[in-house]
Amino acid sequence: MSVWQKHEIFEKYSMVLVIGILVVVAIGGLVEIVPLFYLKSTIEKVSGMRPYTPLELAGRNIYIREGCYLCHSQMIRPMRDELERYGHYSLAAESMYDHPFQWGSKRTGPDLARVGGKYSDEWHRDHLSDPRSVVPESVMPGYSFLLKAKLEERGIEDHLKTQVMVGVPYSEEDIAAAKSDLEAQANPDADGVDALLERYPKAVVRDFDGNPKMLSEMDALVAYLQVLGTLVDFSVYDNKADFR
Amino acid sequence: MEDYAQAAHFAQTWGLLYFVLIFLGVLAYAMWPRNRKKFDEAANVPLRED
Amino acid sequence: MARPTHARYLTMEQGGYVAFLIVVALACLIVSGKTYDNVMAFHAAFGALVTAGGAFFILKRYFDSDGAVPPQEIDGRPNYNMGPVKFCSVAAMFWGLAGFTVGLIIALQLSFPVLNFDLPWTSFGRLRPLHTSAVIFAFGGNVLLATSFYVVQRTSQARMPGIVTPWFVVIGYNAFIVIAGTGYLLGVTQSKEYAEPEWYADLWLTVVWVAYLLVFLATLWKRKEPHIYVANWFYLAFIITIAMLHIVNNLTIPVSIYGTKSYIVWAGVQDAMVQWWYGHNAVGFFLTAGFLAIMYYFVPKRAERPVYSYRLSIVHFWALIFLYIWAGPHHLHYTALPQWASTLGMTFSIMLWMPSWGGMINGLMTLSGAWDKLRTDPVLRMMVVSVAFYGMSTFEGPLMSVRAVNGLSHYTDWTIGHVHSGALGWVGYISFGALYCLFPWLWNKKQLYSLKLVNWHFWISTIGIVFYISSMWVSGILQGLMWRAYDALGFLEYSFVETVAAMHWFYVLRAFGGGLFLVGAIIMAFNLWMTVTHGEAEAAEPALAPAE
Repeated sequence: MSVWQKHEIFEKYSMVLVIGILVVVAIGGLVEIVPLFYLKSTIEKVSGMRPYTPLELAGRNIYIREGCYLCHSQMIRPMRDELERYGHYSLAAESMYDHPFQWGSKRTGPDLARVGGKYSDEWHRDHLSDPRSVVPESVMPGYSFLLKAKLEERGIEDHLKTQVMVGVPYSEEDIAAAKSDLEAQANPDADGVDALLERYPKAVVRDFDGNPKMLSEMDALVAYLQVLGTLVDFSVYDNKADFR
Repeated sequence: MEDYAQAAHFAQTWGLLYFVLIFLGVLAYAMWPRNRKKFDEAANVPLRED
Repeated sequence: MARPTHARYLTMEQGGYVAFLIVVALACLIVSGKTYDNVMAFHAAFGALVTAGGAFFILKRYFDSDGAVPPQEIDGRPNYNMGPVKFCSVAAMFWGLAGFTVGLIIALQLSFPVLNFDLPWTSFGRLRPLHTSAVIFAFGGNVLLATSFYVVQRTSQARMPGIVTPWFVVIGYNAFIVIAGTGYLLGVTQSKEYAEPEWYADLWLTVVWVAYLLVFLATLWKRKEPHIYVANWFYLAFIITIAMLHIVNNLTIPVSIYGTKSYIVWAGVQDAMVQWWYGHNAVGFFLTAGFLAIMYYFVPKRAERPVYSYRLSIVHFWALIFLYIWAGPHHLHYTALPQWASTLGMTFSIMLWMPSWGGMINGLMTLSGAWDKLRTDPVLRMMVVSVAFYGMSTFEGPLMSVRAVNGLSHYTDWTIGHVHSGALGWVGYISFGALYCLFPWLWNKKQLYSLKLVNWHFWISTIGIVFYISSMWVSGILQGLMWRAYDALGFLEYSFVETVAAMHWFYVLRAFGGGLFLVGAIIMAFNLWMTVTHGEAEAAEPALAPAE
């Protein structure tokens, strides 16, 4: 047998191994992931859910940037203590526009899935800039720098366009008005407020950081925190449809 | 609901059969008497100095 | 003595890399010039520097050596390419120290929050991914690169192919680490745990990883041994599966090629499933399969006897990779993920107990008849204890994957403790053992500078691990119970912040344990440094040709 023929056998063995590994490791993922794109409970739409406003989206990106998800979950489990502590358990539909999801894996701090509307803007502002001024035992880092950081407004339309590409239903109109919506949500006197509210029902319009002179990163982050878990009206939500 | 029952049925029959067959295949390969010599040699590969 | 062959021109490989690196460097320059994103500008400039530098060195080496190509064999013995292995061994030790230090810092931040300094780049949220990536991908990744290149060459009795490719893999990988790490500090993250680097770093890693797979496979193709040793099976499964996981979990669309930010194509519940399918298999294939390969080579080598049962290792291999891939959804019990999926994950996690313990028994029993070596050889002891830790955490894992247990343990420090019994005990110790073996082998030294220091390292870090995991067990279970405690009137007994305050002393103890682990690693780095600089040279070994 020549060296070359032998060589061929060697390559075959290793390629058999490669293909064997691929076949064995591919199946688990396929079986577990693919059905989630078809099953009713995971693709069901719930009334009230809408894409984030440009300001909420910008705030969400700050939430991601600062690694908030490392200590705060956004996934309430259907257990008595969690329902009492945080509210109705989280539905799949509530994170349907979340690219990426923010369910988290650790609760060094409390769950935030329904933190929206529970505290005032002032409380969030104080708590974020100096957590121990309002909660003495807290171990959270302070984020006072968010008050001074001007929110990056350039390219907000591109963010919405990219969201459309991954399946979030922003309209042409939403994209065109992105910048004016971004500014209007933190300025109740702005001209664009009515248009914003029409596009994004239940959007909260306030000067979140208490500083009307500047649209800060604090404005965006608090706007995001204030919308969390407020979109679905559970007084009219039909529990029976939620099979899982 | 229907989809779920179908999927569960498939998993509990064909899925189970598939797992058992793969496992038996691996076991047979590992325990096959003719492979024994090959494996004994392979086990000594790290100890062989070049 | 084989004489080096001289090539008149750059080889296809060299020329290809020069062209590729110059194209990447130019692309980086354009991006860094056009972007208004400061981090992107910095990363693109760094990328341009590294790739242009790479192209320069390839050309410089070609002209300096007059086109000489290193011989495949010298005196009938394979001329192993150990340069990249040395590079990764040193890098592993360096990143290990960095990663353990950041771990200690964030442990202290949880005990004393003032240490966050309220600055963006020193806050817990940015340092935590730095810690996890530094220890898993920088430390662990370099250990895997070093050992896999070493093991595949030795067990194939062949020099790994390529003049540039092995160096491209190891330097390219470490450049990825630098981009990822500096990105975290500057606030660039996808927020997917253990997959935080943004789209451009992911893209670069994909290219590096394909080159890694090719070098590894091509070395197997060149082998003189008829068999592919089982350690190489585990390495191959690790390389292939990580490629698959990395690509699927990082399918993002950048907002602009001039910016760092991207959005993942998956949303909500699908994204959660993909993430933990990735996340748990990063554990299964990066931190388990890859390090099992180390066990299957280094334990027999150090104990000077073949693995206890080669047949068991084959069953271990297929059962492990087959079962692991299903285990991910146990991270999502009681969430909006359908229950059948998390039940499936739980079932496979419990079944995983068997191959895991099969592997552990195989590793431990390799010492049968040589148990006395545990007394005299602290390096072997370290590796054996690591296998014992592997057994312990693979017993705890299936337990925690059971829905009822997970209901208590999830979201608490119990998970952190579990991860660290695997990470410090199993991955850490088997890596330390492998590095303690590799340094004298690679630098042709008779033995380590000091076995006594290895002994100190072993005991100090073992005590550290015990402090770490026991404090996390107590704090995790305590907090889980406090969250669900009710008073006599049927109200929740504790507010959330009371459960945070209760953690304080456990966090201090954990930081103390982590500190001991770091001290052990510092002793190790000193020992390895002294081995290289002051160790007694191996006399019998004929001098190998300079590695490059």
